[in-house]
Amino acid sequence: MKLAFTREEEAFRDEVREFFATALTDELRQAGRLMTSVYSDKDVALAWQKILLEKGWLVPSWPQEHGGTGWSLTQRYIFACERARARPPALSPMGLSMLGPALLGHGTQAQKDHYLPRILSGEDFWCQGYSEPQAGSDLAALQCHAVRDGEYYVLNGTKIWTTHAHYANRMFCLVRTGRFERPQQGVSFLLVNMEDPGVRCEPIRFVSGCATQCTVYFDNVRVPVTEIVGKENEGWTVTKYLLEFERGGGAAAPGLLEAIGNARDLLAALPEADRAAPARRLNDLEVQVHSLELTELRTLAETERTGSPGPASSMLKIQGSELSQAISEVAVELVSLYGMPFQPDAYRLGSNVAPIGPQEAVTAVPFYLNNRAASIYAGSNEIQRNIISKAVLGL
Amino acid sequence: MALVLNEDQALIKDTAREFCASRAPVSQLRKLRDERDPLGYDPETWKQMAELGWAGIVISEAHGGTAFGWMALGSVLEEQGRQLTASPLFATAVLGGSAIMLAGSEAQQAELLSQIAAGELTLALALEESPLHSPFGSALAAEKQGEEWVLRGSKQFVLDGHSADRLVVVARTSGSAGDREGLSLFLVPGDAKGVTRTRTIMVDSRNAAHVEFDAVTVGADSLLGKVDQGADVLEPLLDRARVCMAAEMLGTMDEAFERTLAYLRERKQFGVVIGSFQALKHRAADMFTEIELARSTVLDALSALDEDREDVPMLAALAKAKVGEALHTVSLEALQMHGGVGMTDEFDIGLFLKRARVQEQAFGGRAFQRERYATLAGF
Repeated sequence: MKLAFTREEEAFRDEVREFFATALTDELRQAGRLMTSVYSDKDVALAWQKILLEKGWLVPSWPQEHGGTGWSLTQRYIFACERARARPPALSPMGLSMLGPALLGHGTQAQKDHYLPRILSGEDFWCQGYSEPQAGSDLAALQCHAVRDGEYYVLNGTKIWTTHAHYANRMFCLVRTGRFERPQQGVSFLLVNMEDPGVRCEPIRFVSGCATQCTVYFDNVRVPVTEIVGKENEGWTVTKYLLEFERGGGAAAPGLLEAIGNARDLLAALPEADRAAPARRLNDLEVQVHSLELTELRTLAETERTGSPGPASSMLKIQGSELSQAISEVAVELVSLYGMPFQPDAYRLGSNVAPIGPQEAVTAVPFYLNNRAASIYAGSNEIQRNIISKAVLGL
Repeated sequence: MALVLNEDQALIKDTAREFCASRAPVSQLRKLRDERDPLGYDPETWKQMAELGWAGIVISEAHGGTAFGWMALGSVLEEQGRQLTASPLFATAVLGGSAIMLAGSEAQQAELLSQIAAGELTLALALEESPLHSPFGSALAAEKQGEEWVLRGSKQFVLDGHSADRLVVVARTSGSAGDREGLSLFLVPGDAKGVTRTRTIMVDSRNAAHVEFDAVTVGADSLLGKVDQGADVLEPLLDRARVCMAAEMLGTMDEAFERTLAYLRERKQFGVVIGSFQALKHRAADMFTEIELARSTVLDALSALDEDREDVPMLAALAKAKVGEALHTVSLEALQMHGGVGMTDEFDIGLFLKRARVQEQAFGGRAFQRERYATLAGF
């Protein structure tokens, strides 16, 4: 999108662009290009996080006294666009984008003082414990339970699909602390030390061959009662607040436009006669993504006034994930057979294994496969539709 | 960019919403249709709209307008679209008024704009000659004879052309149909000698006309803008038309959706309201999402017009493409979810489907807009 920027905003854009150009080392740049999902590996993510922290640009949306930038809506948008353009590795969102805002909204002063600086520094690397084997879309059916024992909760149960649990030293999770009429009641939001005795973690291999998510087992893990966020049995409120930030409030469109641009580069490599159909598909997708972009901007503007993106964030999650899937689908068609060899060594960071086919084709299929999860994670898109029809439409 | 309305605009929108709902609702359109009203709109209602300042909402104060801007005009059109309001506002303010603002000489502007703002002059744009929107497809010939121009040819689907006081006629002064160069715009009185207007009421009861020009002679002062350079006016004019039609469509879509939601909450089958069925809930959620995305494109396109941004053409194509697509789906789903009663003439929801189809075709359908968007984006 071409916004009419003021001279100051243009100067800001140039500053951001220059920053990405100089701050990204060759290795980080390479790591960004070899991403096969929305996550980067821990070492890479933390190396990039450190650079952003030093610059003061790590958490633009946080309040300034906690490290936020105080940027205007347009500045945040410019930053998101330049980031998409530069393709750095991904930051780990669990602490920076999920727990951080949740603590800012619902944490005690002691929790904020202790955890927020450690999130920023990367000293704590967080994972998110929500889903369980029997509680996926029906999250409120979670059974993992914490029983009060003096100044501790004793935690037992299993969490699943926990991204980067095998790297994390901390987990924020939802556990059952009481039984009430509504299953959403009696759930508490707990902060767990992953290094405590009784915590066990097993990576899960996905269809792509990658193992980014884990199953986590708790066997009589003792958690101090001070590690609860919000009130006991009222963790659902914290979660809803957090999920709205996870689902919406972000800016997916700049990255999607970049992905369409990359697909257009692949298109150019095709024989002329084969370009028409995928080109039309990409043009249609561009119309959709541009519409999403304007809606994200509108949501940001409204969030600035109301404080939270609200249930409409579900709509951004649906659109962002489905458009991303549609683009990666076209990309797979465009790389055709070059995308099909299974060659994980060719996209491992630091590997010197030459890929079969062009470099751009190497990650198309693993990304496409991992990206099928986009419409499943963070509340499946069917759940998002339930939320809209109930919370917005009153059905 | 402004993706939310400011206080003035919100006030104008609220007023328009209330006015259209009480003074120019769907039932008024139905009555005009059933009584085969020769004008096709209520002149008293139009007078009241002009008194509210709608006709001059994008006209400068120097020319008697209020200069509230496109965002405000879009809000009014959205509310008209919501009630399927019959009014010459679109043809007069968006099409005719724009043509004069974009191309009119000082004298033409001084003479006509204040009349438009006062609601004393209605206009229409005579452009299309074929069933498919074609910006440069005009073949209607204008020939210079001495100091005068003689127009020969015909125009179709001229919105509100049956009753407009003056027609803005897109004519060819050189080249041939399809050429960008060689178009000129003329202001022709609707009752000029040689003009024959045949009313062609559209399927949605929208007013339109087929207009024949049989050696219609007009003076040199009827030329609007420069000879052969009409495309330079027509392009921004059509962008405005696309943006404003998208705004009107947004209102039509919103209302069709709200009526459908109300029906889902009230209609019972199998002992429960049908809105409790997930098969319908999810489709309603999808419609909501599409409508909100479409709304963003309209708001940004309107603010682009107000800010005179360079990306107006692209946003006009985007808005009409996106709203066109969303409305297409919503209008069909609205009828489907109403079941059998939706098929009846007695029930209003079918009127929205028909209006949607006419709006979609006006100034280029979905495929046209998508193609135009991609071309403007450089692909």
